Amino acid sequence: MTDEQRSGNNVPSPRDDTGEVIGVRKGMFGANNGGDTSGYGGLVRTVTMPGASARPYGGPGGVFDEIADELEGALEEQGLVPGNAIVKTVVDRGELTFHIAREHLVQVARTLRDDPALRFELCTGVSGVHFPGDQGRELHAVYHLRSLTHGRLIRLEVTAPDADPHVPSLVAVYPTNDWHERETYDFFGLIFEGHPALTRIMMPDDWQGFPQRKDYPLGGIAVEYKGAQIPAPDQRRSYS
Amino acid sequence: MGLEEKLPSGFLLTTVEQASGWVRKSSVFPATFGLACCAIEMMTTGAGRYDLARFGMEVFRGSPRQADLMIVAGRVSQKMAPVLRQVYDQMPNPKWVISMGVCASSGGMFNNYAIVQGVDHIVPVDIYLPGCPPRPEMLMDAILKLHQKIQSSKLGVNAEEAAREAEEAALKALPTIEMKGLLR
Amino acid sequence: MSAPHETPHATPRATTEGTVYTVTGGDWDEVVQSAAKADDERIVVNMGPQHPSTHGVLRLILEIEGETVTEARCGIGYLHTGIEKNLEFRNWTQGTTFVTRMDYLTSFFNETAYCLGVEKLLGIEDDIPDRATLLRVLLMELNRLSSHLVCIATGGMELGATTIMIYGFRDRELILDAYELITGLRMNHAFIRPGGLAQDLPPGAVDHLRELVKTLRKNLPEYDKLATGNPIFKARMQDVGYLDLAGCMALGATGPILRSAGLPHDLRRSDPYCGYETFEFDVPTADSCDSYGRFLIRLEEMRQSLRIVEQCLDRLEPGPVMVADKKIAWPAQLALGPDGLGNSLDHIKNIMGTSMEALIHHFKLVTEGFRVPPGQAYAAVESPKGELAAHVVSDGGTRPYRVHFRDPSFTNLQAMAAMCEGGQVADVIVAVASIDPVMGGVDR
Repeated sequence: MTDEQRSGNNVPSPRDDTGEVIGVRKGMFGANNGGDTSGYGGLVRTVTMPGASARPYGGPGGVFDEIADELEGALEEQGLVPGNAIVKTVVDRGELTFHIAREHLVQVARTLRDDPALRFELCTGVSGVHFPGDQGRELHAVYHLRSLTHGRLIRLEVTAPDADPHVPSLVAVYPTNDWHERETYDFFGLIFEGHPALTRIMMPDDWQGFPQRKDYPLGGIAVEYKGAQIPAPDQRRSYS
Repeated sequence: MGLEEKLPSGFLLTTVEQASGWVRKSSVFPATFGLACCAIEMMTTGAGRYDLARFGMEVFRGSPRQADLMIVAGRVSQKMAPVLRQVYDQMPNPKWVISMGVCASSGGMFNNYAIVQGVDHIVPVDIYLPGCPPRPEMLMDAILKLHQKIQSSKLGVNAEEAAREAEEAALKALPTIEMKGLLR
Repeated sequence: MSAPHETPHATPRATTEGTVYTVTGGDWDEVVQSAAKADDERIVVNMGPQHPSTHGVLRLILEIEGETVTEARCGIGYLHTGIEKNLEFRNWTQGTTFVTRMDYLTSFFNETAYCLGVEKLLGIEDDIPDRATLLRVLLMELNRLSSHLVCIATGGMELGATTIMIYGFRDRELILDAYELITGLRMNHAFIRPGGLAQDLPPGAVDHLRELVKTLRKNLPEYDKLATGNPIFKARMQDVGYLDLAGCMALGATGPILRSAGLPHDLRRSDPYCGYETFEFDVPTADSCDSYGRFLIRLEEMRQSLRIVEQCLDRLEPGPVMVADKKIAWPAQLALGPDGLGNSLDHIKNIMGTSMEALIHHFKLVTEGFRVPPGQAYAAVESPKGELAAHVVSDGGTRPYRVHFRDPSFTNLQAMAAMCEGGQVADVIVAVASIDPVMGGVDR
């Protein structure tokens, strides 16, 4: 541990308690089928993702505040109210996440790439996450941006409801996202508006459904042994 | 020095079946059909230390039309399945298939939407080779077992008879689920 | 309702089950005529997915004019395995078994990226014992050697230089022997676990590794003698697969491709993990932006990896290889029994005979696994191919909620079109080989 880390700059910033509720866990062990024999079967707990952080954001040497200041300043210069574009800022486990309103995603990404004080030149792709329990924001697209100039890493998160799975495409800003967005479309059904050719990439062209969504079954088959059969992994009794 | 000195007056009598089996097994041409991790072990088997050349098999053919052995080395995805079948169909008879590794044999640990649960859904398999991935020694063992099989394969009417018998035996065989006793 | 799909070649016929179309296919003359309307000599060549010179099951669709490639596209997904989905049905520790099979040439990097992500979520990065971290670095650097050796070997084979292939696999075997000694497996190790390692080094491993480093130091110059100055090799590689810095940045290419454009970007230096900031090594670059530059970088990186391996061996000190937290570390104390496998007998005797709680604990930890607090983490490592990263999301359960791998092969392969268009057909092979894509990583 360096002196700087010890000095208290890396103490997690205070969080408000309103994290994002993404689901409910029932019972003692989260058994998904069969009874709960622990006697705590009626237990209901909500699953909460880390919520928005308040200033100061901290980071090594206060760098998270610096990034946030620069971004907000740059957005203001373009005549955008930062509060409208940046829904919230989360600092968790030493990582900075900006939750961006999807209609402003392209502008924010372009600013992050072009502003000399930010210079996030490298996008390491998009990762889709499906939270069926997060009402109205079921589909998340998560981008990680890396600045080679300043040696920093941040995360952008955009959400879309299941009913309207549209997110603007970042291919115009980061051409590397071409295949990444196709992959996310293929697995999650997130439609990236403005992508030059949004087609399936991994699955066969005539595949039905989006296999990595939570409501899509794993699709395994039961395995036969001598005199016994073991159900597919998603059919087994399990805990989570 | 070798066989020729032991032959009485230079004659050797054998059956056509045996002779053709011997010739066939001594120069099997595998198709390069690498899919995943097992393909690397297959290449290793062809390289210096394990040296498939000892069995007359070092020439992996790029074109299936010149090959008579397909080593399905790795997991077969739903997208790859039609391609695999087409490659198999392009190979001239007689042809053999080794299902290398547990993914090709049964789907293995990838029991999910993307992987064909055993390549025997698509092509007939002669040798199933377990392992994830199998060691080169295991692949060589599978190849030697296949050589034995090729050596003893029948021709003409005998082949038809053998095929019929094999099918009858398969129809009568007890399904795995109805077997009793310890797992073996 | 009128028949929307009706054409001369698909005549409709009403049946009790609805309209049935009989598709007869086009008239050959029509097809030929319509093709003749295009006045150029355009030919579309489909290479793969079963092709000896495209790594694995990569499919290339090339539009060529004579010998010149005018357009190039990739078809991927022929090895899509659904690993990311499968992970969601196993517990956190079992995850390493799956991720190690993603890019099967860089198993230890996949495992480390995944484990660093899980450890970040657990908040135990600082508790990982030094010995475990050192051994991770050691295994990763050996892995970098073996991966680059396969790249050079198969790349050579694709050029027709079979000797290089034989040499590459010869040296890779030596490294695989070391893996086998340490992890028990030649490939797909699942040796690096959340919290540390599965096991400590076996007796004699350090001596074996020192011997290995010595042998490899002797063998590596042979590649220089064989290939570096070889005029045929140079003629095939130089100025082929050109991608400059602007192209690399736009397409997100990392690893040797980016460094061949002159930018010394290496996560081991720019965003250190596993204590890389304390090791002495150089980040080689080239300014030629071509396949030959990438080949030279790989050769030099192998030498640098040997340096790191030596430093690791010098620094190794006895100690634990798993976090002390018994809520995370498996209670296993693996020791080879007389039957060749299993737990240490003393340990079994202890938990079966004296400690009921330990037995319950063991059972719970192994069957159910540990819980990881909700949140998400991103852990990146510099794999031989570039930035390999795991985006790990937890919902507080005993299983990953979502794990996404940002595989460098996947991203780098996008650069294929930029490298190949306008070049010769034969150079496509060289360019693809210099990207070094591994389809297991591309398709996952």
